[in-house]
Amino acid sequence: MPTPSPRFDIAVDNVSVTYNNARLALYNASCTVEPGTITALVGPNGSGKSTLFKSIMGFLQPNQGRVRVGGLPVQKAQKRQLMAYVPQADEVDWNFPVSVFDVVMMGRYGYMNLLRIPSPKDRRLVMESLERVGMVKYRDRQIGELSGGQKKRAFLARALAQEGKVILLDEPFTGVDVKTEKRMIDLLLQLRAEGHTILISTHDLASISTFCDRVILLNRTILAEGNTADTFTKENLEMTFGGLPLTKLHQVFDGVEVQAS
Amino acid sequence: MASALWDWLVEPFQYAFLVRAIWVSAFVGLVCAVLSCYITLKGWSLMGDAISHAVVPGVVVAYALNIPFAIGAFVFGFGATVAIGYIKSKTRLKEDAVIGIVFTGFFALGLVMITKIPSNVDLFHILFGNVLGISRSDIIQTLIAGCLTLIVILLRRKDLLLYCFDPNHAKAIGLRTGVMYYTLLSVLALTIVAALQTAGIILVISMLVTPGSIGYLLSDRFDHMLLYSVGSSVFSCVFGTYLSYHFDLSTGGTIVVVLTGLFILAMIFAPKYGILAQALRQRLSSGQASPTPYSPDEESNIMADHP
Repeated sequence: MPTPSPRFDIAVDNVSVTYNNARLALYNASCTVEPGTITALVGPNGSGKSTLFKSIMGFLQPNQGRVRVGGLPVQKAQKRQLMAYVPQADEVDWNFPVSVFDVVMMGRYGYMNLLRIPSPKDRRLVMESLERVGMVKYRDRQIGELSGGQKKRAFLARALAQEGKVILLDEPFTGVDVKTEKRMIDLLLQLRAEGHTILISTHDLASISTFCDRVILLNRTILAEGNTADTFTKENLEMTFGGLPLTKLHQVFDGVEVQAS
Repeated sequence: MASALWDWLVEPFQYAFLVRAIWVSAFVGLVCAVLSCYITLKGWSLMGDAISHAVVPGVVVAYALNIPFAIGAFVFGFGATVAIGYIKSKTRLKEDAVIGIVFTGFFALGLVMITKIPSNVDLFHILFGNVLGISRSDIIQTLIAGCLTLIVILLRRKDLLLYCFDPNHAKAIGLRTGVMYYTLLSVLALTIVAALQTAGIILVISMLVTPGSIGYLLSDRFDHMLLYSVGSSVFSCVFGTYLSYHFDLSTGGTIVVVLTGLFILAMIFAPKYGILAQALRQRLSSGQASPTPYSPDEESNIMADHP
């Protein structure tokens, strides 16, 4: 029986981000990602999902507000290898001359000495991570030679190899077939059972209630957050996706209820 | 007959200055080729061009103050990148505009200084290199700058590659990306200093971009890319220097012509990413494709069939 590992929350406190062109991408966003949950970040395109992710990961400096992970400032949490990030597909240069194995090994760099020479433990964890996502036989492929689902799994394996306790996945299901999506969801559920805190941003409203414990609704600011059952309601979604034709939303929402029952 | 040809071929090697020039340019070719892989992957070609032009005032100042040219060149080359970073962060200008402004400004300052400050700096040698007439102290400076670059890259190669590939991940695992940024800029400036005497500032950008591009076209494994890059670069430097002596050509120019020739060969004949291979693949796949072209109607039918 493994000892329960400590769990970490993400606390976003009054974060505002303005880009160079003076466009307000996010204002007064405050929310909490509870430890040991799978939380979905939901909002239409351009609602600031990626901006909030980048603020949480410290890739951009908010004009105002702060983010804490497990009570620590983001940089400290990152130095302790608490935070792993699975990027959106279009943030990656798929022509870069690295193999799947190389990419997953990059998850271990934070544990290595300055020369980044992998130890037997690093190699073992890389292989185990590849195995968990079913990518062992593709490990020598250049990353551009993978299908959409395999690409996602390669970067998920990197997050696993990093052993981060908090995992952020930006649009993990875009360009992924149904079978792979289901496998990835199973893996996320396992990770939750192991005590990881998982935040995913997604367009795929249909699957949210099947595996997400909590939902954060975002459109330039936090509109609602809470348990999926209480928060992921038709009213809240209509408020969040205000621009969408209502009939389309009803369809999506009916789909959710069918799947959930 | 054969021996006459042989004599003609090896005749240049009797001259110590030529052998020395070949060694120096081969070494410079090696250093440039290694860095070239990182610069092309990072997309910093324009930055390399900027630094190479910005070193001119540094060279003039160094001669005027009687200090090694490499120090002046490095200070001004690196200073230009700092200036670029600062102006970019403080104004709403796009990076390419800032780079254009800064490097031409530095370069023009250098030109003005050459004409006013009394020194024995030969503008022509700065612009186009002069490896056949390279002095002992210049060789030492080239060797020091080149060895420093190679050592830094050797020690930090994995971090630099990660930084080129995915700086966000580097940050996410707590590495200091700011340090990596300035490390890569420093070795870029050092390499340019090392290559100054061989290729000259106008052509050094070729030695920083073309070898890496050749490697990138020939392979999608980084270590292979590095080998192809070094091979093509060192070959071009040795062969180019030799040819330039034999036929009395501009040395930097000949090196870059040979290198560009290799690039064109790679571009056409590369096994996977070459123009020929791609055309062949396209033909094969279009031959195998189903005769009915894609139509949007089919997709909607499939959707309709689905319950």
